[in-house]
Amino acid sequence: MKDFAAPDIDVVLDDVIVCPQCDAVYRMKKPGHGERAACQRCHKVLIAPRRNAGLHIIAIALAVLFLIVGAAVFPFLTIDAAGTKNAVSILDAALAFSGGPMVFLSLATAGLIIFVPLLRVVLTLYVLVPLVLDRPAARHAIGAFRLSEALRPWSMAEIFAIGCAVALVKISDLANVGFGPAFWMFGILVVLVIAQDSFMCKWSVWHRLEHPKTS
Amino acid sequence: MVSMASSGTSQNILSARALGIVACQRCTKAAPLGTRTCDRCGHKLQSRDPMSLQRVWAYWFVGLLCYIPANVYPMLKTQTLFSTDESTIIGGAVELAHHGAFGIAAIILIASVVIPLAKFWAVAYLAVSVTQPTRVSNQRRQFIYEIVEYIGRWSMIDIFVVAILSALVQLKTLASINPGPASIFFALSVIFTMLSAQAFDSRMIWDVQTKRDSAT
Repeated sequence: MKDFAAPDIDVVLDDVIVCPQCDAVYRMKKPGHGERAACQRCHKVLIAPRRNAGLHIIAIALAVLFLIVGAAVFPFLTIDAAGTKNAVSILDAALAFSGGPMVFLSLATAGLIIFVPLLRVVLTLYVLVPLVLDRPAARHAIGAFRLSEALRPWSMAEIFAIGCAVALVKISDLANVGFGPAFWMFGILVVLVIAQDSFMCKWSVWHRLEHPKTS
Repeated sequence: MVSMASSGTSQNILSARALGIVACQRCTKAAPLGTRTCDRCGHKLQSRDPMSLQRVWAYWFVGLLCYIPANVYPMLKTQTLFSTDESTIIGGAVELAHHGAFGIAAIILIASVVIPLAKFWAVAYLAVSVTQPTRVSNQRRQFIYEIVEYIGRWSMIDIFVVAILSALVQLKTLASINPGPASIFFALSVIFTMLSAQAFDSRMIWDVQTKRDSAT
């Protein structure tokens, strides 16, 4: 193994990028806007800069912020069976598991579908707004971005949306079920969240956080 | 797609560990081997996590233990005017199929039976495969790992369906749906298998190959 060690690579650590998934080392060659640099052996996308990505992400994040708040408060499904009606908001659904050990489930559901997505949006705005305005990075921006990335798998808004569809079919023979305004908000939200993730080039954000004035 | 200029030839890509570099898994910044924390993002740096497999197996067993009661106990308690009905995950899907909703029955069976079982198998397989020589290519094992990471969250769909139903169907005496004890075990099982997959250090998949190549 030792004969591989090329001495010049140890010297210029800043010119090196390492694939976080398979530990392959590459000499940095920044791709242009719209291009992507991917790891050659595990094909993980390492750098994917886009023109004005920061602005797009901020715009989407603002929209997502309002949609989450709206979707959480307004009723998203209504049910009507033989004159008895009921309308629930997402908060109601999250708090459905009440009593005893089920409280844990309530907290988990509320967290996964409302609070984690909400927190991620707020963190994203906090990190990206100063960067896009060419201002110095916000205080603790690095920690904020790290937390936002760590929370990524735990943000489950889109899964909840599919869950709605399944639930609808499950009870459609039992009662009349209708969509409230929040259902459509949630639909839009799912698309926006996916778009936001595809715009985000993590490497570029880290690079800007580290070198605020250059580039 | 632009490929990066590699440090070796494309057939012989070097791992950071072999070059005396440790890389941050959060932000990909490189540092000399032995550095404790990343100076860009403050994340803990470890070239290979020696405890990785232990944590994988610990979470894996807890997840599997939770998965058993999740299938034995009822997931939903449906009370209608004259009857009370308790259905397990599989029982509920079978009932849906009887009503003719084959698509939904299939979604539920896939999301809450096929995917969790496949995940237990895949994580166990990956954890075993990095400790002994295997014929399956690294690309394929990496692919399995990516699928496991991507698909694991989708098992939560059943919990969300239960949550929606129990909030929505509260029509006083007419009909009401309440969550059963299985829901909490199922949620725990999903969470622990997600933790198990996250604890797996995918860089180990590629280490084995390097070892094998240098041996031949």
